[in-house]
Amino acid sequence: MAVQAIATIDGVEAMLAGQGYVSSRALSTVVFLALKLGRPLFLEGEAGVGKTEIAKAVAAALGRRLIRLQCYEGLDAGSAVAEWNFAAQMIAIRAAEAGSGLSGGHAIGKAGLFTEEFLIERPLLAAMRPQPGGAPVLLIDELDRADEPFEAFLLEALSDFQVTIPELGTIKAPEPPIVILTSNRTREVHDALKRRCLYHWVDYPAFERELEILRARVPEAPAQLSAEVVGFIQRLRGEDLFKRPGVAETIDWARCLLALDVIALSPDVIADTLGAILKYQDDIQRLSGHEASRMLDEVRKGLAL
Amino acid sequence: MVDEVEGRLTHNLTHFARALRVAGLPVGPARVVDAVRAVMAAGFSGQDDFRHVLAACFISRPEERAVFEQVFRLFWRDPRYLEHMMSMLFPSIRGVQDDRAPMPAEKRAAQALLNGAEMPAPEFPPSTKDEEVQIEIDASATMSHEERLKTLDFEQMSAEEVAEARRVLARMSLPVKPLVTRRMGAGAGPRIDAARTLRGALRQGGEITHLALKSPKERWPNLVVLCDISGSMSQYSRLALHFVHAVANRRGQGWAKVHAFTFGTRLTNITRHLRTRDVDAALAAAGTEAQDWSGGTRIGACLRDFNRDWSRRVLGQGAVVLLITDGLDRDDAGALGLETERLGLSCRRLIWLNPLLRWEGFAPKASGIRAMLPHVHAFRAGHSITSLETLARVISDPRDGGEKSRLMRLLGDNVAKTC
Repeated sequence: MAVQAIATIDGVEAMLAGQGYVSSRALSTVVFLALKLGRPLFLEGEAGVGKTEIAKAVAAALGRRLIRLQCYEGLDAGSAVAEWNFAAQMIAIRAAEAGSGLSGGHAIGKAGLFTEEFLIERPLLAAMRPQPGGAPVLLIDELDRADEPFEAFLLEALSDFQVTIPELGTIKAPEPPIVILTSNRTREVHDALKRRCLYHWVDYPAFERELEILRARVPEAPAQLSAEVVGFIQRLRGEDLFKRPGVAETIDWARCLLALDVIALSPDVIADTLGAILKYQDDIQRLSGHEASRMLDEVRKGLAL
Repeated sequence: MVDEVEGRLTHNLTHFARALRVAGLPVGPARVVDAVRAVMAAGFSGQDDFRHVLAACFISRPEERAVFEQVFRLFWRDPRYLEHMMSMLFPSIRGVQDDRAPMPAEKRAAQALLNGAEMPAPEFPPSTKDEEVQIEIDASATMSHEERLKTLDFEQMSAEEVAEARRVLARMSLPVKPLVTRRMGAGAGPRIDAARTLRGALRQGGEITHLALKSPKERWPNLVVLCDISGSMSQYSRLALHFVHAVANRRGQGWAKVHAFTFGTRLTNITRHLRTRDVDAALAAAGTEAQDWSGGTRIGACLRDFNRDWSRRVLGQGAVVLLITDGLDRDDAGALGLETERLGLSCRRLIWLNPLLRWEGFAPKASGIRAMLPHVHAFRAGHSITSLETLARVISDPRDGGEKSRLMRLLGDNVAKTC
């Protein structure tokens, strides 16, 4: 499917739904705009709300290659754009020397040493290259983990869709890639970068939408169990927790329960599988004992209405 | 026809952007251009979609969503109504604009909160040049006076001395050593920079005559200040915040970012206000933001709020935390201990400044202090200018524990006695 085929926001919603991604109207709107205007999309939100998944869904739906740049502390231009294959260059010099009797540099010449042949491509450069099936989807994941100076480096790539390698010159993408950036907000990303992007805060979904997501992702779960799982997780998010469970945890938990052949939630089952949804000891302690069964009762009452 | 629609749209969106700007959102003309293009691209398929389209263009952080929703609701209902409202709302939303001079009544209210009744007229720090001259005069004529001032307890100072102490604090800094990062840059080693070596070699005809080296780059750590503003701390916290303001606004101060929070009965983020260069305006703005000056203390609950809402956002990159409190807390000491432990584990260094330490015979008797002490990395006094100067000297030393080891011994003795 080509980008041009998606002419409306409804079209985007349907396209994502086709990939098992149940998206909110607001998210569909920004994805539509990002595709239509060719602007990078900046997604922020708690961990596990489906920020990375959207890139995968878009890539799969459009039949594009997904190129992922996972950010980490210490990420630099060398590992993000391209690196010179130093060892191969040395060998080329020695081989030229042996062949011609001239000293290496004269034999091979500067133009011969800094060519594409000796270039090791990294994600950002790969995203600027034409790909089979059209411009790729470039996912720059967890940007907040990279150091701040690295953001400045992205500015050129995101506004002009080009990267510069000093020895080779500027490489411009023939067709701009679809860029999606995500951040968990462990620090603020600079405004200069945000300004070049469409921004969207990905929130926890409401009950109906989360139930839809669970149905799309774990279709084999019985309806009653799915409703209870979603109800319980929704209830948990209202609690004063250090880390509230995301949608990823909901899906994980439903899968765990299926693996244990559970048909309906019970306080014992919750206590045994709490590790799938809560990842901090303090949070788990809060829910031990009667608290979980009290919440389960409330959820059941709510579902019965 | 299309041109006309676009013209009207541009006109309306420009006004809307202006409204957002007044409400404190950083919306520039480039964003208006984007918004026009986005709306033309998306078409007018419904008010909800229209809102989402504009939100995608104008918002760039989650806090702005609420403001945007409000402005959107008001504006697209009746733009003129909004203009009217804006003129009335102006004082209450002006906290986001740092450069405006405070309104007289507001300044008075904030000063009442901040400085008490006997506060002399606010003095503005003179420009650096004048200041230097002043230091010289002070040094020659009133040496003993300055020395006395430096060791004097903040709480025992007269209004005049407080004013003078502030001038001294305004010149102080908190120098810190940079951190080594994992990024490399040209330098003196220890790794070989292959690309540079080869480029250099080619200039010499392919002969490698010297190895270019690279070394890790350095960066400054972030500083997070948590300042207790409860009744028992009032005088200290005021002067401590003066100190923090001086540190935050010093040019080339070393700290990458300085985040400041106050807490009494609730936690308030005053980082934005501290960026105002004028210290009185900054603290006045912070004063209106923090509603709990000179009230009670709930250290445990406030640290819990900080850990839950802020620690993951501001402690990420090896931040140093300065906790300024007397540790007198009436809440559950067990919970306070747990929260302090989490705080200590999430930052690179947790330094506790306690003004109570000024007394020679200070012993960790209060339950709050006993709960917090084991989890901080350093424990120091913070009651006078000299004590803050000492802090500035030792803050880079990772082994410095201040008075912690001595007090931990006392704590051990106490426990042994009660057992």
